[in-house]
Amino acid sequence: MLTPLWTICRRELASYFATPVALVFIVVFLALSAALTFFVGNFFVRGQADLQSFFMWHPWLYLFLIPAMTMRLWAEEHKTGTIEMLLTLPMPLPAIVLGKFLAAWLFTGLALALTFPIWIAVNVLGRPDNGVIIASYFGSFLMAGAFLSIGACLSAVTKNQVIAFVLTACLCFLFTVSGSPVILAFFSGWAPEGLLSLVAGLSFLEHFQAIMRGVVDVRDGFYFLSVITLFLFMNTVIVEWRKA
Amino acid sequence: MTNAIEISGLTKRFGPILAVDHVSFSVTQGEVLGFLGPNGAGKSTSMKMITGFLRPDAGRSQICGHDMDSDPLAAKRKIGYLPEGAPAYGDMTPASYLKFIADARGLTGAKRAQGLEDAIARSHLEHVLYQPIETLSKGFKRRVGLAQAILHNPPVLVLDEPTDGLDPNQKHEVRQMIRDMAAEKCIIISTHILEEVNAICSRALIIAKGKIVADGTPHDLETRSPYHNAVTVVTAPQALEDMVALLKALPDVATLDIEDQPDSHGCVKVTAFPQEDRMIINQISAALQGCELPVREMTVERGRLEDVFRQVTLSDAHNAA
Repeated sequence: MLTPLWTICRRELASYFATPVALVFIVVFLALSAALTFFVGNFFVRGQADLQSFFMWHPWLYLFLIPAMTMRLWAEEHKTGTIEMLLTLPMPLPAIVLGKFLAAWLFTGLALALTFPIWIAVNVLGRPDNGVIIASYFGSFLMAGAFLSIGACLSAVTKNQVIAFVLTACLCFLFTVSGSPVILAFFSGWAPEGLLSLVAGLSFLEHFQAIMRGVVDVRDGFYFLSVITLFLFMNTVIVEWRKA
Repeated sequence: MTNAIEISGLTKRFGPILAVDHVSFSVTQGEVLGFLGPNGAGKSTSMKMITGFLRPDAGRSQICGHDMDSDPLAAKRKIGYLPEGAPAYGDMTPASYLKFIADARGLTGAKRAQGLEDAIARSHLEHVLYQPIETLSKGFKRRVGLAQAILHNPPVLVLDEPTDGLDPNQKHEVRQMIRDMAAEKCIIISTHILEEVNAICSRALIIAKGKIVADGTPHDLETRSPYHNAVTVVTAPQALEDMVALLKALPDVATLDIEDQPDSHGCVKVTAFPQEDRMIINQISAALQGCELPVREMTVERGRLEDVFRQVTLSDAHNAA
């Protein structure tokens, strides 16, 4: 199980770097996160030694960058026919699904790690709470994983990458804002209290903001890991189902 | 000894279309089975089920005794598969792609190095090893596909249209490669090029509308052609009438086919079909010796696979309709 997983993961990672995908993703992610932090987030004006104005943009950056990264994951294999190669190799399907996901997650982790200059900057300028920053990085990484698992799953549905992108962006958006007043207003009034709190509890934003504030709760981490597990499981089922 | 490939009752339905309809056959080591059929007959679908890419609606496929449904990994290990169109990751080079396949197949150490070396040498990929696959010509892409199929030296090879789109030299090379491996392996190739069947297959299986309509050696199939053992005589136009009269008089000649339009050499052609199971060449040559009729050419037809192919695939279509 582990050897095939690592084989797939290595190939996927190599393919990010063999194409301009890696370069474009990293450059855009770094440039946008810096621009948003300094110009829109008013990093300097706030005059506070923390990275709130940096991390608060992550859900929105992921919202359109991650679907762009995951849209090819399975759709391209179906389009080019390589799926036929991949699924006739003697490897268990869960290992292939996990390997592809892990490669995307590690890659996103790399992009996230490359934002380290801003962490150095804030430490030079003041005395931030580095515990909160580490927790936020960790939370951002977990949230990216949740976005990625949704993208991977939906990419398996179609061989059209545009459709995969749009579907992923929509579902990720719903997950991100499900705790917002607009969405909750839609449910309140007719839906039972239980459903209302369930929908509110699905929000990526709520869980991430909790971690960002430095309130490290196991439940927030557990939430993101559950989302990842659920969508990767569905990913496996969809790939298996499309064989029939 | 168990058969290398044992297929029984394989069935696949796509919506209202019955793509493969209870196909059963077995192939042993040393056989090269040519899988023939018109486009859309179910060749590729059958191959996809044999290799475990598609799950059949009914029936089972066993590879070297391993059931594809209950023990897919063991069965897949025994197969080398070239899917239709030889798909490969375009951004990889043949070297990195083949290494990936070797790892995915769990080859390690000396076995891995040997497998890579052999596959690369056999498919003549030495000069393109470090060019991205998407920049390679169709012929090289096909060879990359073949190289990955034989990398782990599998006892069973399933090749879907291995020579499709190649130039005559490349076709020859691929056929030579298949011939070289034939003795030690069990090979299924699909094709719609009939000369290929004569060139490399020890057995041909014709499939139409998802059903097997003919199964035998290429020679067996040729004997089912009306042209089998027919004799064609090429003669001058002015002698045509006498020739027809002479051939008609022979007891074992059943019917004649006359082409009275002179060809580019100014010659006309008469084909004599024998009564069932008769050889008529001796009678005809004896009769011709005794007369003064001009004969430019005389040939015994072996029977054409194309005719048999058309006969069995079209008659089936008529029956269905």
